[in-house]
Amino acid sequence: MANLETTFVGIKSPNPFWLASAPPTDKEYNVRRAFEAGWGGVVWKTLGEDGPPVVNVNGPRYGAIWGADRRLLGLNNIELITDRPLQTNLDEMTRVKRDYPDRALIASLMVPVNEDSWKAILERVLETGCDGVELNFGCPHGMSERGMGSAVGQVPEYVQQVTEWCKKHSDLPVIVKLTPNIADIRKPAQAAKEGGADAVSLINTINSITSVDLDLFSPEPMIDGQGAHGGYCGPAVKPIALNMVAEIARDPGLRGLPISGIGGVTTWRDAAEFMALGAGNVQVCTAAMTYGFKIVQEMISGLSQYMDEKGFASIDDLVGRAVPNVVNWQDLNLNYVTKARIDQEACIKCGRCYAACEDTSHQAISMSEDRVFEVIDAECVACNLCVNVCPVDSCITMERLAAGEVDPRTGLTVSDSYANWTTHPNNPMKCAAE
Amino acid sequence: MSDTSLTPGIVAGRLDPKAYTENFSDLHPRLEGHEARVAADRCYFCHDAPCIAACPTEIDIPLFIRQIATGTPEAAAETILSQNILGGMCARVCPTETLCEQACVREAAEGKPVLIGQLQRYATDTLMEAGTHPFTRAAPTGKRIAVVGAGPAGLACAHRLAMKGHDVTMYDGRDKPGGLNEYGIAAYKTVEGFAEREVEWLLKIGGITVETGKRLGRDMTLAEMRGAHDAVFLGIGLGGVNALGLEAEDKDGIANAVDFIAELRQTGDLASLPVGRDVVVIGGGMTAVDAAVQAKLLGALNVSLVYRRGRDRMNASPYEQDLAASKGVRIITNAQPVAIHGNGAVREIEFEYTDNDLTPTGQTFRLAADQVFKAIGQTLEGGDLPDLEGRKIKVSGAGRTSLDGVWAGGDCAVGGDDLTVTAVAQGRDAAEDIHASLMG
Ligand SMILES: Cc1cc2nc3c(=O)[nH]c(=O)nc-3n(C[C@H](O)[C@H](O)[C@H](O)COP(=O)(O)OP(=O)(O)OC[C@H]3O[C@@H](n4cnc5c(N)ncnc54)[C@H](O)[C@@H]3O)c2cc1C
Ligand SMILES: Cc1cc2nc3c(=O)[nH]c(=O)nc-3n(C[C@H](O)[C@H](O)[C@H](O)COP(=O)(O)O)c2cc1C
Ligand code: SF4
Ligand code: SF4
Ligand code: SF4
Repeated sequence: MANLETTFVGIKSPNPFWLASAPPTDKEYNVRRAFEAGWGGVVWKTLGEDGPPVVNVNGPRYGAIWGADRRLLGLNNIELITDRPLQTNLDEMTRVKRDYPDRALIASLMVPVNEDSWKAILERVLETGCDGVELNFGCPHGMSERGMGSAVGQVPEYVQQVTEWCKKHSDLPVIVKLTPNIADIRKPAQAAKEGGADAVSLINTINSITSVDLDLFSPEPMIDGQGAHGGYCGPAVKPIALNMVAEIARDPGLRGLPISGIGGVTTWRDAAEFMALGAGNVQVCTAAMTYGFKIVQEMISGLSQYMDEKGFASIDDLVGRAVPNVVNWQDLNLNYVTKARIDQEACIKCGRCYAACEDTSHQAISMSEDRVFEVIDAECVACNLCVNVCPVDSCITMERLAAGEVDPRTGLTVSDSYANWTTHPNNPMKCAAE
Repeated sequence: MSDTSLTPGIVAGRLDPKAYTENFSDLHPRLEGHEARVAADRCYFCHDAPCIAACPTEIDIPLFIRQIATGTPEAAAETILSQNILGGMCARVCPTETLCEQACVREAAEGKPVLIGQLQRYATDTLMEAGTHPFTRAAPTGKRIAVVGAGPAGLACAHRLAMKGHDVTMYDGRDKPGGLNEYGIAAYKTVEGFAEREVEWLLKIGGITVETGKRLGRDMTLAEMRGAHDAVFLGIGLGGVNALGLEAEDKDGIANAVDFIAELRQTGDLASLPVGRDVVVIGGGMTAVDAAVQAKLLGALNVSLVYRRGRDRMNASPYEQDLAASKGVRIITNAQPVAIHGNGAVREIEFEYTDNDLTPTGQTFRLAADQVFKAIGQTLEGGDLPDLEGRKIKVSGAGRTSLDGVWAGGDCAVGGDDLTVTAVAQGRDAAEDIHASLMG
């Protein structure tokens, strides 16, 4: 079994699977059970200032999107930070860390934007023996209206300022949790780096309305006939999170900044993808909320089997391995010519590829009287739509034309050289190939 | 209660009263909402879907399934009923395993077709339970049309004609409309008086008068009918039955399977219905299977279904054969009856083994039998009819017979498969043709 031990900004954990700051980490009872189940670390549910805790709504807090058989694909919430007294949380954190010294325990924090508030909370948190802090600049509802959460995360100057205070008033590693509700994720990441952050974690939840009740005309979740936007998470947000992680990982100015990947991690495979794109570990919330803590066992066994198969000795062999292959569109090789190929043995003749290509693409699939579907190479632009709509796995594949073959669509002979848009004759701004 | 399971002869009340309810409950209970959505989600929404082509009434299956998947079963029902007004009955009785579900691409892919029949039932039940009838009549045309026979063919024809604005009178020789839906279909396929409810619901369109107890050839002639109406549709089914052609065929205990089933379907108390201890059913079609299975469910100890050719030649689908086997019916093939033994009442029936070409082998065997059901095919009855082709009414196009102004469809006409759904298709298409020729 592969070694999954992870060291993230100096914090050791037996595996890279941490629970994100959220209901699963809101109290000692949960966190103990999570550690018993095998989670490598937890980011405790976000703590606020001392004093009367925030209050949550007393009606539903979640909205959802489902796939077939009610598989939960996306969850949205209007929950706030912890609504339990600060001291209760701190006492529990202290006990848990004492009993599980090998697991990572991170304190997530959100207090108003002034130095004294941050200094005060850091002093209290230090006493728990926790391994680091995560600054919650991400929560998109409730707290943001009070000038915290994503209201901070959306202003790079604030991000930098608060990070600086935290580095000044504690020795703990500081992880800055970023909000995706921003046009360019690199800006707050840059600000965090300049403020001295040890790492960034992303993404927090995305502003969303999951559905509208068409009888009450209220957004879901509905509270007395009304609804507010909430934060979206779960499998549906993974593609957005992956891109944001990759954007940071491949940015020359941010290269080397450790990343904790969050957003829709549901299986070992999702975790491996985040790590290949540069995340040093992952955090999980919705998957645990959907299936319980036990899923970590599949994540551990799956990742180690994969690493063994690949011959990866440690997590470091995986982290960042896909980053060099994330490029801009203009760098893609235009001499890579493929055609769709239908495996007639596997085809079940549903005709979906035909409908898709005929109605919405390039009229490149023919349909015979007896429902044989074939690709017309002279029309196929290799868009891949048919592959994506075909219900049979691997029935349609995209095959590369070998160098020297003629592409019947363009009449051009396929070249084995690399050529991209920057040098293409149609590009008005092409740089002359010298 | 004394145990009557071993009592010889044809006796009533062989089972514990509770057992009847259980034995004759719904063969496929209706899907629940979540089950229906999961089943609907399996449909690929195929282009030019093969399942549509395999449905004799060409229901737009991918569309109605998508309507279920998106939470509008009422709209799904309308899609179904606009093609097949007896979509509710067809959902229960169609041999889907040889029709739409056989053609489903997921049958080819995984051997597990989309549950088209059960989804159809889910949609049509939802709409019918709401009591709404989604179709309305066009402006009155003043045309009067006679529909003879209120089975699936006649009902489909009448409904479509009424919808087009014509005034329809349906004549049926029996006491109740519905045809074999009411008198023939196995009880566990159409429980809780569904056939009757469906006819009531269908008639909500208006413009259809039903006259039961009126038999063509007995109470009126075809010439009179033609004189009094602008058009006549014949959907009289197959009222007669084939005989075995053996001596002593009239012995006590020997009956036609269809009569046994009709009695069973009409009885209010199944426990009062007598059944033999050793029952032999002769035949290989759906009627034979239904008689055998229902005899077994009534408490017969031994039920054998004997067919003269091989299994692969049986008209009952493999699904029906499995159903029979699962209920404990013994299926014997390649054997034909040669003699009936017994004194007054049947006691034994003697068979001779045959090969697939029905060549006798000389080897015989006897089966104990206190009740024998003949299910070797139904035939067209009555003399006063248009020209025949073979043993059915000859038709061309959408049910046009040799007589002007007379159409025919369903089991009585050539071209169908002796299924409820083909009868519906033919009745509907004849109505369209009648409308076109009257209004043309
Ligand atoms: C036992 C049995 C089980 C079956 N099971 C199935 C099944 O599971 N699935 C399936 O698809 N099909 C099944 N069938 C076949 C199906 O029932 C028929 O194909 C279908 O009912 C034919 O419809 P129809 O309207 O042509 O005739 P019928 O349903 O036979 O209706 C004819 C009507 O005409 C009336 N009539 C007859 N003669 C006259 C007359 N001279 N004057 C006035 N009225 C008259 C009759 O009383 C009857 O109401 C079964 C048939 C039988 C016998
Ligand atoms: C109910 C709920 C409450 C959350 N509360 C917090 C919080 O207090 N602090 C925080 O940093 N993130 C919070 N999050 C965001 C999660 O930590 C995580 O970033 C997000 O859910 C994406 O990960 P996922 O797709 O694995 O759920 C919350 C998420 C949910 C669903
Ligand atoms: S790859 Fe695109 S263009 Fe080619 S056959 Fe498939 S859908 Fe049509
Ligand atoms: S979508 Fe796939 S299975 Fe369906 S017809 Fe096309 S190739 Fe065949
Ligand atoms: S063939 Fe099967 S999968 Fe395709 S549309 Fe019909 S029911 Fe759906």
